[in-house]
Amino acid sequence: MAKTITQEFTKGLWAEIAPFRLVLGLCPVLGVTTTMENGIGMGIATTFVLLCSNILVSALRNIIPQKVRIACFIIIIATFVIVVELVMQAYAYPLFLKLGLFIPLIVVNCIVLGRAEAFAYKNGLLFSMADGLGIGIGFTLSLAALGGVREVLGTGTFYGASVFGPSFQPFEFMIQAPGAFVCLGLMLCIMNLFE
Amino acid sequence: MRELIKMVVVLTVLAAFSGGLLAGLRNGTAAQIEKQQLEFVKGPAIKKILEGASNDPIADRFKILDGDVERNFFVGKFDGKVDTVAFESFGKGYGGDIGLMVAVKLDTDKIVGVEVTTHSETPGLGAMAKDDPGFSAQFKGFSITEPVKVTNDDGKVNAISGATITSRAVCKAATNAGNVYQKLKPQLSEKIKEFNK
Repeated sequence: MAKTITQEFTKGLWAEIAPFRLVLGLCPVLGVTTTMENGIGMGIATTFVLLCSNILVSALRNIIPQKVRIACFIIIIATFVIVVELVMQAYAYPLFLKLGLFIPLIVVNCIVLGRAEAFAYKNGLLFSMADGLGIGIGFTLSLAALGGVREVLGTGTFYGASVFGPSFQPFEFMIQAPGAFVCLGLMLCIMNLFE
Repeated sequence: MRELIKMVVVLTVLAAFSGGLLAGLRNGTAAQIEKQQLEFVKGPAIKKILEGASNDPIADRFKILDGDVERNFFVGKFDGKVDTVAFESFGKGYGGDIGLMVAVKLDTDKIVGVEVTTHSETPGLGAMAKDDPGFSAQFKGFSITEPVKVTNDDGKVNAISGATITSRAVCKAATNAGNVYQKLKPQLSEKIKEFNK
């Protein structure tokens, strides 16, 4: 292992930022980012699942048999997803009402399974924690950025606060599904311009 | 062979552990979730259909045991007299159960108002049952003792266009509410009397 823990953590924030660089996990990225609040909520939920599943997969990596590893990963991930769902229902019900459908779908988010398979199953506990946290925070930031842009243009508010005043005519297109694709495409384009 | 046993054991232990953990958590959060639902979903629905009530219907609630199901009833006080109860019933919709809060006036057996609470219907089609106030307004004044049906089934409710299954489910929920109401009416009247004391 040439890389340090810090490097494993920071790679998720820019170099391998999941939705933009790897173009993974697009279902929630496009589906829930109609407002910034939704994006952040979804991001935090995914980060929690990612961190916990990475920790557990890494801790159990010598016990989990090679042939049934995917089944084991899915059990671990699904367990944490339901934990998130129940806790969110109990303590953040309005957020749950908005994200409801997408929370169970974290189970099949390929970022979570991808990190378990590609990283946590092969690396130590601390590295897996750093990896999970980094990728998760990167995912949250991407969702927040996309949600922020779509919210400002689509409803004229930023994190619930009005930006342009009452005379602003929102581009409703931006909060619908096609707007999500256009917005994601433009952000990918900008990121590539920076390189 | 050893590998096979190991696979079975690991998977079994993992699944059992996860099942146990989730069952525990579910029990632990059930009360809190019910409270949240009451506040954010059922609460507003109850307030809407019992508009103008002089009491707080959410605070004034009681439970009646119906078979082995415990049902919550919310009472509304109008003109100084408690005469209306609201309760939730369910119908099978397109994307799962649809919850319907139904308010009934006890002396006339007529529906005062209905409001969809929980649902997982398609946005823009089935979800209109909750979003379009015109749809639920149709139920006002129906007798709770008769089955409620959409016009396609020779009933009186105009279905939401493109969402017949959802409309039928809401009608079914209202009909179910009628069945529960008729079954529990004696107990309900008793409880209401206590409130009027």
